[in-house]
Amino acid sequence: MGQITLEQVTKRFGEVDVIRPLDLVIENGEFTVFVGPSGCGKSTLLRLIAGLEDVTSGTIRIDGKDATDIAPARRGLAMVFQSYALYPHMSVRKNIAFPLKMAGIDKAEQDRRIAQAAAALNLTDYLDRRPGQLSGGQRQRVAIGRAIVREPSAFLFDEPLSNLDAALRVGMRLEISELHERLKTTMIYVTHDQVEAMTMADKIVVLRAGRIEQVGSPLELYRSPRNLFVAGFIGSPRMNVIAGAEAARHGAHTIGIRPEHIDVAADGRWQGRVGVAEHLGSDTFLHIHDTGLADTITVRAPGEVGMRHGDRVGLSPRTDQFHRFDDKGLRIS
Amino acid sequence: MATQHSRSAARLMMAPAVVLLLGWMLVPLAMTLTFSFKQYLPLRGGDLGWVGFENYVRFVTSSSVWPSVQATLVIVGGVLLITVVLGVLLAMLLDQPMWGQGIVRILVIAPFFVMPTVSALVWKNMFMDPVNGLFAHLWKAFGLVPVEWLSQASLASIIMIVSWQWLPFATLILLTAIQSLDSEQLEAAEMDGAPPLSRFGHIILPHLARAITVVVLIQTIFLLSVFAEIFVTTQGSFGTRTLTYLIYQRVLESQNVGLGSAGGIYAVVLANVVAIFLMRIVGKNLDA
Amino acid sequence: MPRAVTTRRKTVNTLAAWAIGLLIFFPILWTILTSFKTEATAIADPPVFLFFDWTLENYAVVQERSDYMRFLWNSVIIAGGSTLLGILVAVPAAWSMAFVPSKRTKDILLWMLSTKMLPAVGVLYPIYLVFIQLGLLDTRVGLTIVLMLINLPIIVWMLYTYFREIPGEILEAARMDGATLKEEILYVLTPMAVPGIASTILLNIILAWNEAFWTLNLTAANAAPLTAFIASYSSPEGLFYAKLSAASTMAIAPILILGWFSQKQLVRGLTFGAVK
Repeated sequence: MGQITLEQVTKRFGEVDVIRPLDLVIENGEFTVFVGPSGCGKSTLLRLIAGLEDVTSGTIRIDGKDATDIAPARRGLAMVFQSYALYPHMSVRKNIAFPLKMAGIDKAEQDRRIAQAAAALNLTDYLDRRPGQLSGGQRQRVAIGRAIVREPSAFLFDEPLSNLDAALRVGMRLEISELHERLKTTMIYVTHDQVEAMTMADKIVVLRAGRIEQVGSPLELYRSPRNLFVAGFIGSPRMNVIAGAEAARHGAHTIGIRPEHIDVAADGRWQGRVGVAEHLGSDTFLHIHDTGLADTITVRAPGEVGMRHGDRVGLSPRTDQFHRFDDKGLRIS
Repeated sequence: MATQHSRSAARLMMAPAVVLLLGWMLVPLAMTLTFSFKQYLPLRGGDLGWVGFENYVRFVTSSSVWPSVQATLVIVGGVLLITVVLGVLLAMLLDQPMWGQGIVRILVIAPFFVMPTVSALVWKNMFMDPVNGLFAHLWKAFGLVPVEWLSQASLASIIMIVSWQWLPFATLILLTAIQSLDSEQLEAAEMDGAPPLSRFGHIILPHLARAITVVVLIQTIFLLSVFAEIFVTTQGSFGTRTLTYLIYQRVLESQNVGLGSAGGIYAVVLANVVAIFLMRIVGKNLDA
Repeated sequence: MPRAVTTRRKTVNTLAAWAIGLLIFFPILWTILTSFKTEATAIADPPVFLFFDWTLENYAVVQERSDYMRFLWNSVIIAGGSTLLGILVAVPAAWSMAFVPSKRTKDILLWMLSTKMLPAVGVLYPIYLVFIQLGLLDTRVGLTIVLMLINLPIIVWMLYTYFREIPGEILEAARMDGATLKEEILYVLTPMAVPGIASTILLNIILAWNEAFWTLNLTAANAAPLTAFIASYSSPEGLFYAKLSAASTMAIAPILILGWFSQKQLVRGLTFGAVK
């Protein structure tokens, strides 16, 4: 089991409200991602759940039981840190064994679980090495191994991939997703990378300045962002935001349209000039200026588009894909 | 990483060190302060009652206090001058590429590890002795009359001994500081056409300013309380009675505790003036 | 980028540095050489450097006449004991300051440092009195405690700077893994800080070994360490250079060796992190 409930949780550091009164339910087995810009309180929230920080007020329940004042070790949670936090003076085997040793589990059972975790994470050949002799990806796997063997009721990941290079990050992302499919254990994953959030999560929690902006499945957030902040944060390249007369035409203060929902068409309703064209092969991102709508309108055109700097271009937005927001930035449904 | 639990654990674990040092500081200081306001002669009647500021006045008006202040200043100033100037030069030399750098470093640092009583006695007897000392042999070899170092040039001799002990410290710290100087900065200055002397004046010296300050302050604190070097050489005679040594004599030799304590309080105040400057520098570094 | 240096320049550097290095080291070298001479050779004019009849006689005499081993043993006990005691008190304190810093941490650290700057002579008599009252005068226990106290600020500081280099996340990981505070310090922090703790121990043994105010003023015969033993040579009888040299060599040799190992830590320890 691993249902985690936060009720009116707050956290202050001195005079700063890092977490404002916040309610959240994370269901058993769910892969939940906390995402937001740096300083939004996502890591603090994770640390509150872990018990590494005290809540200022409010209640944290794990499987219905009040865990607010329980020491981190007794919450039955395992954490994977950004820096992996491996014990440099211990071999991989001892690193993985450490939580078992602390829990007083007998040697035979320890060995069984270590062997199992090592096999699952491709670490069998490295068990007698020190963390310093491993690559970044291998260290990450050791950190995960150390978390798995405890058989926790939930895993907490604090930006675990941010220290890896891009190629490795994609691989590890898949491994963690597969791990979740296999274990079906609750996972809470903190990241600032909306791509990780979109690809891994069952449920995304978007945070800003200590407040939850929106909770929902990746596609819910993509399709109906509750406000301009979420609209801008989820999706890449970012949603185009247009204010003024064009927005008023749609009965909104501001409208948003995603780059993939604008087609290039010579007779398009919007006209502009190509600034930079980024050719990715599979797609082409066109940054269009002089449209009279916004500084830049980004367009994602599938495949290769033979456009260059300075070319005139016509754009045709798909009208059913407009997101409308009022003067407070909230969605008008 | 701070929960209520870990914060209270932290306070608990800090307690022994804090309590010990607090006791070590407050108890004796309070006693010294108390004695300083008393006529207190352990061998001649003991505690003879309160006398107000009389000890403080007597200490500063006694004929031995100004010579001792002078001796202190000359020794501290002399040693600082020698160790800093030679230390900078030596550090710059040791920073240059050479063969056997590690060994030279070890040779230079060695005096710092020699206990003060040993270095004082070795210098006193084997070098400065007017009959059998090496200097005497050297002087005679050049047909000169050997100098009676510790009586004729007593302050200079003490300065020399103490400088020998502290030069390694200054050199080591300045060398560490020089090594942290970005060599690209020097190369840029060279490209800009700055001659060696102005490179030294405009880049190396300012870079070393902080390290020099630290050396000066730390050494001052230690030098103000130089004791063993005087204890085993001149016993404070021939004008080498420093403030520290004067207070020591008042307290332990003539057993005038009240007067000595008043002197002790002066010394504490003096040391604190220096300490405040050092703390500022150290404190700034803590924030960084 | 280090630049290529001409061989000529390097030769000049080398010669100059070696000459100055040997000059600075000379008093120590001379003491060591003299310790192997007879008393007559020791004062020979002109002085003899290497070509004399080497003898170990002085070392035997020093041990025989003045029971050198007892002073050595006192030094070992006092320097070692005060350092270990200091480490025991300082490790938890440094842990607290490095990993659970509060607004007052900096003030406490600076205050601890300020106690180090208290001139010893200012509190000599009170300590002397307290020692008489408690029967600690001329005991190894008393001296061990005093040296522990005077070096405690340095020990705390050094450990603090070393501990700060250990990422807090690793300790948090231990906490998540179910380690108690004691287990966290014992199994995770201490092993990781071994190099730092070792150099702290080293530097403090050196400082305690060479301390020459309290050791001279609070001991007589019983607990006197080597500093006091050497000081007794300040009023000698007869020819004594070779014997003084032998005694001195024995007193400084162990610490010279330790010192050479700890030269890097010396800067950190003695400048309280103000110079790196």
